[in-house]
Amino acid sequence: MPKDHGIGASQKRREDVRFLTGAGNYTDDINVHGQAYVHFLRSDLAHGKINNIDTSAAEGMPGVVRIFTGKDFEGVGGLPCGWQVTDKHGEPMKEPAHPVLAQGKVRHVGDPIAAVVADSLEQARTAAEAIVLDIDELPAVVDMAKALEAGSTKVHDDLADNLCYDWQFGTDTETTDAAFKNAAHVTTLELVNNRLVANPMEPRVAVGDYSRANDEHTLYTTSQNPHVIRLLMGAFVLGIPEHKLRVVAPDVGGGFGTKIFHYAEEAFCTFAAKACNRPVKWTSTRSEAFMSDAHGRDHVTKIELALDKDNNFIGVRTDTLANMGAYLSTFSSSVPTWLHGTLMAGNYKTPAVQVNVKAVFTNTVPVDAYRGAGRPEATFQLERVIDKAARELGVDPMQLRRQNFITSFPYETPVAVAYDTGDYHATMDKMEELMDIPGFAARRAESEKNGKLRGLGINCFIEACGIAPSNLVGQLGARAGLYDAATVRVNATGSISVMVGAHSHGQGHETVFPQVVAEMLGIDESMVDIVHGDTSKIPFGMGTYGSRSLAVCGSAMVRATEKIINKAKKIAGHLLEASDSDIELKDGQFTVAGTDKSVAWGDVTLAAYVPHNYPLEDIEPGLEETAFYDPANFTYPAGAYACEVEVDPDTGKVTIEKFVSADDFGNVVNPMIVEGQVHGGIAQGIGQALLENCAYDENGQLLSASYMDYAMPRADDIPHMASYVVDHSCQTPCTHNPLGVKGCGEAGAIGSPPTVVNAVIDALHSGGHTHVNHIDMPVSPSRVWAAINGQ
Amino acid sequence: MYSFDIQRPTSIADAVAALSTDEALPLGGGQTLIPTLKQRLSAPSVLVSLGAIAEIKGVCTGDDGALCIGGGTTHATVAKEAASSYPALAALAGNIGDPAVRNRGTIGGSLANNDPSACYPAAALASGATIVTNTRSIAADDYFQGMFATALNEGEIITEVRFPVPEKAAYMKFEQPASRFALVGVFVAKYADGVRVAVTGASEDGVFRWTEAEAALSSNFSADAVPAAPSGDGMISDLHGSGAYRAHLIAVMTKRAVAAAG
Amino acid sequence: MTKVTMTVNGKTVSGEVKGNTLLTEFLREDLRLTGTHVGCDTSQCGACVVHVNGEAVKSCTMFAAEADGAEVKTIEGMANADGSLSVIQQAFQDYHGLQCGFCTPGMVMSAAALLKDNPKPTEAEVRDYLEGNICRCTGYHNIVRAIMAASGQDVPAVAAE
Repeated sequence: MPKDHGIGASQKRREDVRFLTGAGNYTDDINVHGQAYVHFLRSDLAHGKINNIDTSAAEGMPGVVRIFTGKDFEGVGGLPCGWQVTDKHGEPMKEPAHPVLAQGKVRHVGDPIAAVVADSLEQARTAAEAIVLDIDELPAVVDMAKALEAGSTKVHDDLADNLCYDWQFGTDTETTDAAFKNAAHVTTLELVNNRLVANPMEPRVAVGDYSRANDEHTLYTTSQNPHVIRLLMGAFVLGIPEHKLRVVAPDVGGGFGTKIFHYAEEAFCTFAAKACNRPVKWTSTRSEAFMSDAHGRDHVTKIELALDKDNNFIGVRTDTLANMGAYLSTFSSSVPTWLHGTLMAGNYKTPAVQVNVKAVFTNTVPVDAYRGAGRPEATFQLERVIDKAARELGVDPMQLRRQNFITSFPYETPVAVAYDTGDYHATMDKMEELMDIPGFAARRAESEKNGKLRGLGINCFIEACGIAPSNLVGQLGARAGLYDAATVRVNATGSISVMVGAHSHGQGHETVFPQVVAEMLGIDESMVDIVHGDTSKIPFGMGTYGSRSLAVCGSAMVRATEKIINKAKKIAGHLLEASDSDIELKDGQFTVAGTDKSVAWGDVTLAAYVPHNYPLEDIEPGLEETAFYDPANFTYPAGAYACEVEVDPDTGKVTIEKFVSADDFGNVVNPMIVEGQVHGGIAQGIGQALLENCAYDENGQLLSASYMDYAMPRADDIPHMASYVVDHSCQTPCTHNPLGVKGCGEAGAIGSPPTVVNAVIDALHSGGHTHVNHIDMPVSPSRVWAAINGQ
Repeated sequence: MYSFDIQRPTSIADAVAALSTDEALPLGGGQTLIPTLKQRLSAPSVLVSLGAIAEIKGVCTGDDGALCIGGGTTHATVAKEAASSYPALAALAGNIGDPAVRNRGTIGGSLANNDPSACYPAAALASGATIVTNTRSIAADDYFQGMFATALNEGEIITEVRFPVPEKAAYMKFEQPASRFALVGVFVAKYADGVRVAVTGASEDGVFRWTEAEAALSSNFSADAVPAAPSGDGMISDLHGSGAYRAHLIAVMTKRAVAAAG
Repeated sequence: MTKVTMTVNGKTVSGEVKGNTLLTEFLREDLRLTGTHVGCDTSQCGACVVHVNGEAVKSCTMFAAEADGAEVKTIEGMANADGSLSVIQQAFQDYHGLQCGFCTPGMVMSAAALLKDNPKPTEAEVRDYLEGNICRCTGYHNIVRAIMAASGQDVPAVAAE
């Protein structure tokens, strides 16, 4: 029987009611009395030298409050990067200035040049058209390899070149080279991990407000982590102390990474609200989002896999160019390094793994974390090269993976991480069972009858989630701790508010977190509410990304709840005239062990706040506890995915006919929500594999600048329910957090792209197109057709 | 958007009068024009909405048997009301954009805009339709004059489109994955006096007739008779496919349309 | 400025609008019906779908003046008279057909329009109908299940076919 409440129950989401009735409160729904509107005049050039910005005509236009340019921000800091990567020579990465509004140069299409604040948005737009720009266009640097050539135009004139860092990690060169020298077979693959745009359906919004009465700033913003924004913007950009700065992230319409970062528009609205003595609101259009939201992925990689004569993996070596864009976004530097290199061992016991990454500045929108962040890039390389190796060697791709699986835990990889637990054969077994692999031949024959080529692709993956142990990431260059925090406030009548650092923007925390607290206390979930998204209400937590909410913030909540239980037992012991060590808590009742003497939860909570009969000499009144939780290790969700595609050889169109995921997320608190997370991740992975392509031309113009050219997955791109199963029944609980959970938010996006591409290549080979060993994503119809036809 | 007034005349005469204002623009369903206005790519002084003119809405059969569609008729209405008389055209209309777009977008608006990737131009050209305006009738062969260019004069309103109904017809659209407009769309219509094949999405000159295929199919209406793909020269080449790919798809989609027409 | 009068969720409302005021803006800013969302500027995402005279339309691609005299229904008018969730809304909750909730109002309005015309759609028909509604969170699977369930069909049986 599935549980109907508490941990393990597929509780329906309580937040749904407001979203389904139009009562959600998103940032754009917030209007502050007297607010003005800002329009950003953005560069339509990829690269240019600013000679002059003449705002004089615009300043006199109707409704204009004030016009700002880079000069207005010379006295404040730039947008900071939160992670200092040290290169292979021990040198710090190059960290060019990232001004709020462009200073001296524009460096990508969309770079904000000026900001017009006016009574209405249309007035601001009209005035912006009257700003006279004198900008000399400079050659744009778009291609990463060209950007690294000697004599290339420089994105940042104060740097020696366009190299941000040259990073090497893992097994030393001598050992790695030896593995390749001793190899019986080496498989090499060059591939691109396509640039993506996260595209949460809610575009970004910022509303700045300032109170002269108490010198307090408030920023309403679409953020996954309001405390991180307060820290970065307050301390590094605007110099506002934390106690004078409140950041509110109300209902947020999806994030997928792109709402982690601190953006210029947030700093601008906060700054301008004081400067104009008026609230200032900015609402991004989707077109603006394409050129101002941080992009994701964009790696170009050569990977080599060395195998011995028995097909054991003996070495992996990668060379990657990682696009940083024009500036370093908040966590950009960590993505191709610590979130990518550390996963290059995959699920395999390869003894030598060396990762080389050059991060490159180009005249493009900054690139940062997007769902999976580094881990999809690692998985794609590794699982594509393994598939290619299996084909070259004529061996079964599943068997090749199985024989190289890590099977004993904990396992220290050559790339610095220690997997605590896992069972990769179990997820592979489950995937094979659900996929009906033996039935594939018949399905392929059926497709061929209809003139289609059918392919089967499989894939295994591992990820590092639950980000992150602070002491470890501190050694690796993180400029912040990555713990999280929760305050459990028990009210006098026994209801509970839990203030959490994690932010829910689709993940369902408001439903899931109470399931945990209610289970621990044995009370009804309806008595527990979650408070999140407002730095004036919640403890200092680091927010939601990297599949960390339950593993890190949830663990803090468990620790705080344990403190509540300990104190409540003391109160109950006093009320029951027993030792607190004899008190048991079950179903909301405190009982003296072995007796029928008990008091109810509500009696204890009331006593805490009306301490007439209370051990005041031993404990304080009240019942409120805070815990900060810093994880001991990452968590390591893993899984095995499979899909079948049909390729129409006449048009090149690929359709996904069947998809199965078998994930190991450790313990699961709400299976319904976990499955929903996987569905969403897989859709984004299918999008990356088949549809999505953020493309620039050689002049740095964005070609995919709206949904007219950036293909978002739609309902008919996803397999039908009869041929689509997501499974999470294989569970090896995380060994180092109290809930045994690993995180499920990113798995789908990590596991699915190589699955799809492996299947396409398999289909093409079955049709005799054996010269096609790889097609870069998105595997669009035109690319498939070109590959088939050798074009 | 820039500022403009909006007017909602209820007769063709009033609409024509309103459109005589300087910088006035007609507004059909707005499904293309409104996004354009949002980007400030157009700055009309007045928008003259044609949505309240009852006399240019509806589907009927003319005395000569042609299917007559009012210029202000939505795609959704055509999909429904032309289903029995001209199923291929109804199917085309029922697959333009998405349901909400089809409830607003109109045939007159689509033909007046003549987007090189729109579906209706292929149907009108392949059917040898007549575009009727407030002042004259224009044969489809004379109407389409290149990407976003038509024979319409300023202030001229499409009041009706007359489609001779073919013996057999089908439209095959290969969708551009993002916009879902036609990357290549081919409309094949077989009449007693020959076959007409019109191609949208592919050419830098907008919708065109593939005369080689028309000749071949007029003598043998079968997929096998479709000639080899035309040259990729002059075909649109972009993020979603090269000119050569589009040219290839023209042949593939033509074959499929012939097969579907039966 | 033009005066417009329309019925929104059963209530007659009037307001002064500019020629370029979109129906979305009138609903969100003037009437404070903020359940209707704006997710793009190319008329593709569908977060703004409402019903005008019973038909699903993108309220970001229609001027308020064009809705003068119309019956408009928004997400705020979709619950039952007693405030409880309608069959479609309840199915979205039951089948976890929403995550961040931003596309949800448009999804619900589109689903209602579909089921009005096609009370028992096939799964392919549901997916096809949602072409103009983009969701980034759910991967659509549970939205499709919710709409099938709201049409009274046995979702596990469909999935087992």
